[in-house]
Amino acid sequence: MLPNILTLWSEQPVLSLFVLLFIAMAVLYAARKPAHEFIHALSRTIHNAMRIASRSVMYAEKRLAARNKEVLLAAGEEAVQRIIEREFYRINSVVARDLSGYPTLQHKLKDHITRIDEDYTESTEVPPSPPAWLPAIEAVAKIPPTGDTMVAKILEQINKSLNEQHKIAIDEYRKAYSKRHSILKKMMPFWRKMSNILDVVDKTMAGLLERSKVIDSKMEQYEEIRKGTDKAVRMLSSSSLTQFCIAGFVLLIAIGGAVINFNLIALPMSEMVGGGSYIGPFKTSNVAAMVIIMVEATMGLFLMESLRITKLFPIIGSMEDKMRTRMIWVTFSILFILAAIESSLAYMRDMIAADVQALRQTLADVEVTAGRTDNWIPTVGQMVMGFILPFALAFVAIPLESFVHASRTVMGIVAIGLVRGIAFLLRLIGNISRYTGETLIRIYDLFIFAPLWIERLIHTGKGDKVEKSFSKTKEGINSAKGGM
Amino acid sequence: MKRLAQILILLIFAGCADTTSHTRGVYMLMDTSGTYTQEIDKAKAIINYLLATLQPGDTLAVARVDSASFSEKDIIAKGTFDTRPSAANEQKRKFRQKVDEFTKSVKGSAYTDISGGMLQAVEYLNEAGSGKKTILIFSDLKEEIKKGHVRDFPIQLSGYRVVALNVTKLRTDQADPREYLDRLAYWERKVTDGGGTWKVVNDLERLESLID
Repeated sequence: MLPNILTLWSEQPVLSLFVLLFIAMAVLYAARKPAHEFIHALSRTIHNAMRIASRSVMYAEKRLAARNKEVLLAAGEEAVQRIIEREFYRINSVVARDLSGYPTLQHKLKDHITRIDEDYTESTEVPPSPPAWLPAIEAVAKIPPTGDTMVAKILEQINKSLNEQHKIAIDEYRKAYSKRHSILKKMMPFWRKMSNILDVVDKTMAGLLERSKVIDSKMEQYEEIRKGTDKAVRMLSSSSLTQFCIAGFVLLIAIGGAVINFNLIALPMSEMVGGGSYIGPFKTSNVAAMVIIMVEATMGLFLMESLRITKLFPIIGSMEDKMRTRMIWVTFSILFILAAIESSLAYMRDMIAADVQALRQTLADVEVTAGRTDNWIPTVGQMVMGFILPFALAFVAIPLESFVHASRTVMGIVAIGLVRGIAFLLRLIGNISRYTGETLIRIYDLFIFAPLWIERLIHTGKGDKVEKSFSKTKEGINSAKGGM
Repeated sequence: MKRLAQILILLIFAGCADTTSHTRGVYMLMDTSGTYTQEIDKAKAIINYLLATLQPGDTLAVARVDSASFSEKDIIAKGTFDTRPSAANEQKRKFRQKVDEFTKSVKGSAYTDISGGMLQAVEYLNEAGSGKKTILIFSDLKEEIKKGHVRDFPIQLSGYRVVALNVTKLRTDQADPREYLDRLAYWERKVTDGGGTWKVVNDLERLESLID
């Protein structure tokens, strides 16, 4: 095509090329102004359109961020409310359990204190009362000695009686002392009981104090969330991301468990539903095994909902207690039956695997090995696994709930990032278009540099002439002024 | 309204139902002519491999290639395995027993009607309705047709995979290897002209590529 155009003008292609170039330059020079305006207008239009689009995207990003914040705060508020509610519930149970018995406890304490008081009163040391005849003895003792034998005898008798009385008094005093000791000894168990009771009270009070500290800190968080501070948003975002990662990890583990469970029951299911039929590209037996696992997971989900551990289905949580209890039993029963079915399927799997193994050995002309005595270990292991895995899968509801809730926040963050990226891209495209337009104008001018150069020369020539005539006129005026 | 719901449910289920067959069908032709009967133990090993590999629902048939192979009488053992693994295992045991009994009493035939055997294989596998159809030819591929038998016509092998096994070199092939190569080329052309795919497996240690 190109050579045809080149030879259209002359047999000499170089000359034709020059002619064509000359024509192109002339045409482009003639269309220079509208072409410049067109390029400029096009680039400006794209630039402005992109800028407006970027602004609207940024506006959408702000709205999205605000909505995310609202959702995050609402979720955080609900979570903290749940924690505070639970703490109050615990305090209530502690108060109901321990403090409701406080009147009885107080009565007991009072009783013990009264008994201790009585014992103490009983055990107080009573000083022996001085004998009533002591002043008489004093009076007799003051009688001056007369040397009378009769008096000496009386005095001797008095001394003897006095000693006897002294001995009796000492004995009585000892007896009383021993009695007081025994009373004090009896007080010991009461003291111990009192000490134990007070210890229990102390522990209860300490527990309550701990709970009140937790409530205080949660209340602070709650207030922050209610105010919608940046600190609260940051804290909740970070918490959501952590939850997302942990819940995702646990879900991966659960998926691994489900895969093992699937392998455990897929083969025996072919014995039940046949191994030759297909649903779509999948074997019916595999689909049936997968359905059983899914039903187990669903039952586990309902069980957790009924127990109010998770809150994915508010309708279950808000059921009447009687209905909820029924639901717990129904879901648990189904789960139990499915677990039993899985266990039997696991047993069947072992039997089929053994049969296949025996057949292969026969086909390979290998003597069929006699079963080992400890062959029951893998069978029992598979059965136990088949029974336990459905219950383990039931707990998937807990990380699933966390994952669902956290993924809302994570998706919001990702969406904001994407929107920001789009806004940046739009601005970049706008700026590129603007500078491309300017560059195109320069390239355009570069291509028609020859006519432009000529134009400039002409303009310069005209300018010189005008300048010269102007200077001549100026000189004429000046000379006229000088002449005057 | 109720009727509409029923139709919708039916449509959904009809959409889910898979119309394509996922089962495999294998028909093995065993050459019993002349000296090739000495290779019968190798054929037995291949049959055992097939029995161990095929799944419940698959079809397997083993037939001998003799003077006139286009006949049901030449089928030594055949059957579609039950969809239940335990029943399929039992069938496989009986299948093997039949093959064992045949190999003990096998006698060489005067002619080798491979084309007739292939026709019989196509007929059988078409009736079985298998999804993936394979014909295994355990032979030296030297066809010798009885006088009066016509076999030089194309065989419709569309959707079939034909695998030649243990294609031994004859004494004449030693003198002129082109005979061997021509024989292989002839069968390849015959199969591909019929719309099938062709493969040769001489290393019986690599049997995993026998069936899809």
